[in-house]
Amino acid sequence: MIERVCVVGAGTIGSLFAGHLAQVTDVSVLTRRREHARALDERGLRITGRSDRQVRVRASADPAELPNFDLGIVACKGTDLEAVASTLQGRFPEAMLMTVQNGLGAEDVVRRHGEWPLISAITFMSGTRHSDTEVEYVLDTPTWLGPYESTTLERVEEVAKLITSSGLKAQAFADLRPAQWSKLIFNATVNGVAALTGLPHDFHFAVEGETTDLGPLVRALVEEGAAVAAAAGIELHDDPWEMNVLATKRGSAHRPSMLEDVEACRPTEVESINGALVREAEWVAVSVPLQRALYALVRGKEASYS
Amino acid sequence: MKVCVVGCGAVGSLFAANLAQLEDVEVWAYDLLQPHVDAINARGLRLTGAGEVVSHVAATAAASDLPPCELGIVATKAMHADAAIAATAHVFADGAVASVMNGVGNEETLARHVERVIRGTTFPAGKLLEPGVVQWDVKGDTTLGPFESQPAPMEAVESLADACTRAGMPTAAVADARPPQWRKVIFNASTNPIGALTGLTHGRVCERPDLRALVTALVDEGKAVAAAQGITLDADPEELIDHAARPEVAYDHKASMLQDVEARRATEIDFLNGGIGRFGRELGVPTPLNDAVTALIKGLEASWT
Repeated sequence: MIERVCVVGAGTIGSLFAGHLAQVTDVSVLTRRREHARALDERGLRITGRSDRQVRVRASADPAELPNFDLGIVACKGTDLEAVASTLQGRFPEAMLMTVQNGLGAEDVVRRHGEWPLISAITFMSGTRHSDTEVEYVLDTPTWLGPYESTTLERVEEVAKLITSSGLKAQAFADLRPAQWSKLIFNATVNGVAALTGLPHDFHFAVEGETTDLGPLVRALVEEGAAVAAAAGIELHDDPWEMNVLATKRGSAHRPSMLEDVEACRPTEVESINGALVREAEWVAVSVPLQRALYALVRGKEASYS
Repeated sequence: MKVCVVGCGAVGSLFAANLAQLEDVEVWAYDLLQPHVDAINARGLRLTGAGEVVSHVAATAAASDLPPCELGIVATKAMHADAAIAATAHVFADGAVASVMNGVGNEETLARHVERVIRGTTFPAGKLLEPGVVQWDVKGDTTLGPFESQPAPMEAVESLADACTRAGMPTAAVADARPPQWRKVIFNASTNPIGALTGLTHGRVCERPDLRALVTALVDEGKAVAAAQGITLDADPEELIDHAARPEVAYDHKASMLQDVEARRATEIDFLNGGIGRFGRELGVPTPLNDAVTALIKGLEASWT
C-alpha cells in the first residue's frame, strides 16, 4: 500500500504531482532551496488552471528531515538528477522511486546511488510556475509508467491508480520503452530546434513548402531517431512527427524547457536528450548527422554563456 | 570612363572612394540611405583605417539621376541586389556590371536585368562609421571574370580590374572567377551560421571538436557541389578556416551573420548555405547539413517577427 509519497524536486512537474497527490495521501516535498521549503511549509501549495487545489505539504531541503515514504517521485530537472540522487543515497531503503525526467538514462543515474525498486515514467502534462507555492496546471495530458528491471507491472499499476485517483491522468505499460523513445525523439528534435531558433513550438515546425522550411528538417531529424529506435529493436508507440504536428495545432505554442534554459543562460538537458540519442545511435551503428549537428550546436550555445 | 557603384555601404564605399582617386574615372554611387548620400555629396566620401582617402563621388538615391556608365559594381547585401539592379539597369544599357557580393547566385540575379555580367569576389572589408565615413578594416584581393552564361567582354573585365588595381585595390581579371568565389562561399557558409546559432566567435567554434567536425561536414558538402560544376578550388577552405582561428588572425572575430543575428537584421543565409543547397539540388548533389543550417537560421529570423 502506498500511503506516503515524497516528491523530489518541486519544479512545475513536481508541484503538479504534489498538489494533486496531497488530496489522497500524505505528501512530503524535497526542494533544492531552503526558502522554497519554508514557503511551502508556511503557505502550502496552490494549483490553479485545470485543477483548483490548496494543499498542505511537508517540505524540506534536507532529506534527513523528511519522514519515510513508500513512493518517491523524482521530478527534478535532468541536469540536477546526479546531485539529487546522491543526497538520497543510503536513505529510504523501503521506498520505491519513479523517475520522470526527459530523455534517457535517468533510471541508471538513480540506480548508481541505491537499490530501490524503480519505475520508469514520462509525463506529457505541463504547467506554468507562478511562484514557489503556486503552479498553473495547463495541459492535462497523461503520465505513462512502466516497470524498470525487476519491478512488477502490478506495482506500476498501483502507482498509476494512485496518480489517477488524485485527478491527474496516468497509464501503466508493461514496457515503457516504445513510448519513452517516441518522446525522446520528439524532445531531441523539437527542443533542440526551439533552443537554436528561439521559436516556441509553433506552426513553423510543421511547414513543409520549401526544402529550407523547418518542417523538412524536423521530419529528417525524426527519421534519424526512428532509424536508431528500429536498430535498437524498439517499435515506437507514437510517430514523433505526428506528435509534432498535433502539438503545433494546439491553441498556444509551448515553450520547450531547452528554449527557456538557453534564454536564461542555464545548463540544458541536451546531454540526456540529444546526447543520449547520439550515443544510442553510435551503439547500434546508425548514422545521425543532423541529430549530431543539433547536439553540437546546443552544446556550443551553452559554451557561449561564458 | 564612368563607373557606378550600386550599394555604397562598406564594401561599395571602398571601391567608390578608391576608384574616384583616379584621373580617368568618374564615380557615381547609388544608395538608398539618404543621410549617407547627402554626406557624400556635401563632404566627399571618406575612408579611414587601412587607408586614408577622401574622394569626390557623385551620390544619389534616385536612379534616374544616374548617367549611362561603362561599368558597374554591385555591392549591396545579396538580398537587396534584385531591387537595386532592377532600378539601375538602364544605366548599364551599353555597359558591364560586376557583382562583388557575398555568396553564390548573385550573377544570376544581375543577368535577369542587364546583358553583360562580371562574376566577382572580393575580400576587403569595413564598416560604415557614420554618414559619409567608412572604416576600412582589412585590405584584400578581388577577382573578376566574365559570367559564363551572360559574359561581359574580357576587355571590360580587364578595364575594371586595371582601374581597381591602379586605385589601390589589387584586382585580377581571370577567365574563370568561380574558384575564389566558391572558396569564399564555402568558408563563409561553413563557419558564419555556426557562430550565429551558438553565439561563439570563430576561434571558439574551431576549438570545440564537435563543432569543428560540423564545419568540416559543411565544407565537404560545399566542395562536392563545387566539384560537380567542374570547379577546382584555388585553396582548401579547411586550411583557411584553421588559419583564421589563430589568436593573431581572427580568433575573436564574430561572424557577420552573428552580428546580424545580434542586431536582429536579416542575414545573407539564402546566398550562402541556401545558395549551396540550390546549386546542389540542380546538380543532384545532396546538401542535408547546409539545408538544415539554412532552415535553422531562417527559423531564427522568423522568431523576430
